[in-house]
Amino acid sequence: MAASFALGTGGFPPVGRAFRPAALESARGEARAGSGMALEGELASLMAAAQRGDAASYRALLRACLPVIAGFARAQGVRGDAVDDVVQDTLMTLHAARASYDPARPFMPWLRAITQRRAIDRLRRAARRPQEVFDPLSYEAEVDPLPAPGAGIEARERGAALARAVAALPEGQRQAVEHLGLRELSLDETAALTGRSKNALKVNLHRALKALRASLTPGGE
Amino acid sequence: MMDTRHDRLVEDLAGRLEPVRPLPRPSLRAALWIGAAVVIGTLLASKLAMIGLEHRTGRADLWLAAAGGALTAITAAYAAFATSVPGRSPAWALLPVPAAALWIGASGLGCLRAWVAPPLDLSEAHEPVSCFSFLVCVSVPLSLLIVAMLRRACPLRPNLTAALAGLAVAGAAATLLVPFHPAEATASDLLVHAVVVVGVIGLNALAGGRLLSKAPA
Repeated sequence: MAASFALGTGGFPPVGRAFRPAALESARGEARAGSGMALEGELASLMAAAQRGDAASYRALLRACLPVIAGFARAQGVRGDAVDDVVQDTLMTLHAARASYDPARPFMPWLRAITQRRAIDRLRRAARRPQEVFDPLSYEAEVDPLPAPGAGIEARERGAALARAVAALPEGQRQAVEHLGLRELSLDETAALTGRSKNALKVNLHRALKALRASLTPGGE
Repeated sequence: MMDTRHDRLVEDLAGRLEPVRPLPRPSLRAALWIGAAVVIGTLLASKLAMIGLEHRTGRADLWLAAAGGALTAITAAYAAFATSVPGRSPAWALLPVPAAALWIGASGLGCLRAWVAPPLDLSEAHEPVSCFSFLVCVSVPLSLLIVAMLRRACPLRPNLTAALAGLAVAGAAATLLVPFHPAEATASDLLVHAVVVVGVIGLNALAGGRLLSKAPA
């Protein structure tokens, strides 16, 4: 029964001499009709051939098993991309454990047992990882560390107003503000740079700050 | 994309396929392991004096405990090999329960009788054999052997299989001890046996579980 859903999506690629596509295609039809016996026999014989080292049979077997494994995994409750992870895990386990298959026994229960165990392992790993939880109150109360929308506009406007006010100052005051206040140069450096005395720079800075305060204070203009 | 991923893996696995011989049936593998335990017992019999057997042949609980231990070893070994094959029912793990109950019950009965009737004093008749070292020395090779044999299969419940292997080892070691045990089983003897048995099962379950796991990383 397990094969019936699995075969609906699976395509069987061309394979080597040990693989008989026609026989397997007919097995697909029978499986759809509810009889998985032919497919069971085919897979069992492919696995027996793989145990003898027939790579073509092994390749055909693994490809035929892909949809079967995916179906078993979904039946176990695995969803989404995790199904493909279970398929990969199962294929690797199947390869490592291929000597444990007894050709005298059915193949499907052996494959199903491996798939179920790998699916359970995957579900347990997923359960241990932190998951998204639906909690609207926490979502609403979450504080956004980023600045509020529009916060940058005000800062930019204040910067532009300051730049305009500085540019409007007389030359001596503007130089004092730019070098001493904004670039944070020393008096000596500014004096050397502008050719003005230190006392003149102090006076200019004092007057410039007073003028800026008056022009930038609301209602001061 | 996923199909490509699966195709790559299929090609990779098919590319490194090597012929393998299907494993023998669990009953045959269990028989091989029991045979190894018998060989060890035979070797011990040729080296040590079977003083326990000489002095305590008339005690029914001795034979019950020995039979229980042997049955536990056989059934637990079969259960371990059966559960190491995918598709076999995990209910096989219950197989050794009756035998283990007989083994533990008969051992406890011997201990109870030792309280009621004075035990035989054989301390001067032989050189005492240390139960503890005997059990450990027998358990280690049997544990290594059964884990190596189980690793060839694919235990999907490695901890369960390893615990069953430990039970088989403990049962075999306790059975092999009976002919060489110098005196009646006293409470302290039974405690030592119990500690070793639980230790063997626990170590097998812990280490063996990891050794037997074939889950992809």
